Amino acid sequence: MGVGSFFTSKLDEAIGWARKYSIFQYPFVTACCGMEYMATACSHYDVDRFGAGLPRFSPRQADVLFVVGTISHKMAPVLKRIYDQMTEPKWVVAFGVCTCTGGFYDNYATVQGIDTIIPVDVYIPGCPPRPESVLDGLMKLQDKIAAQTQRF
Amino acid sequence: MRGDEILQHLRDRFAGAVVETHDHRGDHTAIVERGALVDVLRWCRDEPELRFDVLMDLTAVDYLKYPGREDGPRFEVVYHLFSVGHNHRLRLKVRLDEDDAQVPTAVPLWPIANWLEREVWDMFGVRFVGHPDPRRLLMYEEFVGHALRKDYPINRRQPLIGPRQ
Repeated sequence: MGVGSFFTSKLDEAIGWARKYSIFQYPFVTACCGMEYMATACSHYDVDRFGAGLPRFSPRQADVLFVVGTISHKMAPVLKRIYDQMTEPKWVVAFGVCTCTGGFYDNYATVQGIDTIIPVDVYIPGCPPRPESVLDGLMKLQDKIAAQTQRF
Repeated sequence: MRGDEILQHLRDRFAGAVVETHDHRGDHTAIVERGALVDVLRWCRDEPELRFDVLMDLTAVDYLKYPGREDGPRFEVVYHLFSVGHNHRLRLKVRLDEDDAQVPTAVPLWPIANWLEREVWDMFGVRFVGHPDPRRLLMYEEFVGHALRKDYPINRRQPLIGPRQ
């Protein structure tokens, strides 16, 4: 191990620490999970404690795509385009069983899991997930952001 | 006008075209021939005593596996009419065979029929002759089949579509 690699890994940690506490999220809310998302975002559960309190309603300013609610086949190209418009580094959270697997919408209209369209970093199951589950998922995402190799 | 009076009025005017009529818990229904459908609909809209100015709903039913109806015409297209001025309602139905599942469009009579007929085409595959914009409404263009037909497999998967240009 040379001096340079030691220095790089420490820089990685510093950037990861900064990034995990400045999550600008893009809420892609399509269905009933949105209510639980709002409950999480408001003062009772307060995602601002985790540095994720400021949603950006433009994908170009966002780091984390929260896909909240059922994605139909007709919505799928829109979701893909939103994801493509986000700048690196970017992460995706699948919020609720519909986004994880399609949930009980085992039918012609619904995408059977958004990971068939875009890569997903954290899955939060539940129908809808309680805010505690969401915060748990958010902390897992923070761990992932902090631990990964940072590109910049 | 009461429902039974509406049906009687309809039978008097279109004696040959009304296949059958019935009422169920105060909702009155007439089943008409397809050939006379547009005339019946226009008459229902314009006749001063009826004046059905609202097409509340336009939908279809697939009777493929319906008990007692296995051999009959497969589809029924259903028109729900409502009159704001008279505050009365009427339900009209047209029976269609599977290999000839088409009816004349009602868009010139009620503009709302545009999207309703597109939905029926999308879900049941009933064609509306003369429709100005006969595309699917709910599903994407590449979708194969008609999802609310009783012989459409409930779990059938179709390829995902990519992003549109």
